Amino acid sequence: MIEVSDLTKAYGPRAAIQNLNFTIGKGEIVGFLGPNGAGKSTTMKILTGFMPATSGTAKVAGFDVFSQAIDVKRNVGYLPENPPVYMEMIVEDYLEYAAKLHDVERGKLRSSISSAIERTGLTGVRKRIIGNLSKGYRQRVGLAQALVHNPQVLILDEPTVGLDPVQIIEIRELIKGLAGHHTVILSSHILPEVTATCQRIIVINKGHIVAQDTIEKLTTRMRQGLLFNLQVKNASAGGINAIKSISGVKSVGNEGSKLVIEIEPNQSELRDRIIEIAVSEKMGVLEFAPEKLSLEEVFLQLTTNEGAHS
Amino acid sequence: MSFKPKKIWTIAWKDFRTYFTSPIAYIIIAGFLIIMGWMFFFNLSHFNMQALQYKQMGMGKSMSITEGIIRPLYGNMNVIFLFLVPFITMRLFAEERKQQTIQLLMTSPISIAEMVVGKFFSAFFLVFTMLMLTVVYPIILWIFGNPDYGPILTSYMGTLMLSSCYVAAGVFFSSMTENQIVAGALTFAAGLFFWLINWASQSAGPVFSDILDYMSLIQHYNNFSQGIIDTTDIVFYLSFVFVSLFLSHRVLDSYRWR
Repeated sequence: MIEVSDLTKAYGPRAAIQNLNFTIGKGEIVGFLGPNGAGKSTTMKILTGFMPATSGTAKVAGFDVFSQAIDVKRNVGYLPENPPVYMEMIVEDYLEYAAKLHDVERGKLRSSISSAIERTGLTGVRKRIIGNLSKGYRQRVGLAQALVHNPQVLILDEPTVGLDPVQIIEIRELIKGLAGHHTVILSSHILPEVTATCQRIIVINKGHIVAQDTIEKLTTRMRQGLLFNLQVKNASAGGINAIKSISGVKSVGNEGSKLVIEIEPNQSELRDRIIEIAVSEKMGVLEFAPEKLSLEEVFLQLTTNEGAHS
Repeated sequence: MSFKPKKIWTIAWKDFRTYFTSPIAYIIIAGFLIIMGWMFFFNLSHFNMQALQYKQMGMGKSMSITEGIIRPLYGNMNVIFLFLVPFITMRLFAEERKQQTIQLLMTSPISIAEMVVGKFFSAFFLVFTMLMLTVVYPIILWIFGNPDYGPILTSYMGTLMLSSCYVAAGVFFSSMTENQIVAGALTFAAGLFFWLINWASQSAGPVFSDILDYMSLIQHYNNFSQGIIDTTDIVFYLSFVFVSLFLSHRVLDSYRWR
């Protein structure tokens, strides 16, 4: 659905994005993750046909974003960082305008507007003036605008920014509901955002893609060796030393009753040995679990040691 | 490049309606009608007084409604449009850029040409509406007198064309900036400049003075006010509109590259 190859955008000597390559399949929800100024918005603007790239190509829904911009725009729904809503317009009129601009046929106008209003939960405010709505509702109106022509691809630039927690959850649910029918790219610098909605993430930093994978794979891949947490009643020095002496165990950290054990990769059968020793040393095992590296840590690692893991 | 009347109409109609959902249209129309009404009343009563004096001297036949009322009235109307059109056009693109709503237009399947022409027509329709409201003056003249309808029709035609030039210039300046005040001020300055440009023609050389006269917006209106339709004038006005809109197109196109 979206194919990007060697996409570069330079503002004078400064490159906002450099040689981006990725593909997104039909019906996928993909998160664009990166710190502020990483080039997320730039990439999105290029994909919508709003801005031409300096070099490289991008195809959306089978059309080239530069030479077939009009066709691309017809098949893309775009929600910019600030929802492009006219403050003096009524919600319904605004959506009608957006629909007409996007070539929705006259016969389908009513039904597309109603469906966009229903899907974004705007039924109660359909006759209100946009300027009088809260930020959360304006954001929804913006989302409804992106949905109204039922596009194949939805590009959402920070869709939940500035919303309250309840609204955030609602918008996330809404976006998840779009999977399958629409291909969705959403950008964010907030991690839980991406974990909650996306199937796959593309991490971008300083204009480069530093990682792209599913969330699970990314977290596993980032683990250097394997870390286990062993929670015990009695962290005796003898026990700790016994565990340390197992070949394959790299280190044992002691944080009170919690032992952090690092073992070499592909040595997961060592887990048996560790437990056996802990039991025989009467340490009183309470819990033994692999430590999950949160996406937050992955993200930090990726964006601080740039290029090290790509 | 696509150029579909339907798209142009969508934009023009939306922006035309926006004038009426904000106080802009009402304030401008009211101000316009108050000033025009006052001028019409003043012209008419002055003309009546003169007509009475001429009649006493036995010269009543030499009075002309065209010269006495129509020409000054529509001449003044042009000046008022020079002042009012910048207020109408200044928001067209400047506001969209400021509010970033232009991103909706830029990511919709419409061409920049459709956008520019749509915006032009939205303001043009408002000017047209204002002009149509003044039809009441000729009707009053018809009821109480016997005016020559030719100069009235050509005056309307000329005024509409002249105002279109202001509107087109306004579209251009509005596309250049995010600041409505700047857009409005530049539109007014440009309109006034092209109005007065032939003042220098008296002191200029023979060829240059012709050029200056040709460039002047008001010079081309003179024929219309006398009931003459000259294709030179029409071509000038239409070219002025075309060039302004073309320049707006270039400006907006360059906006995408930044």
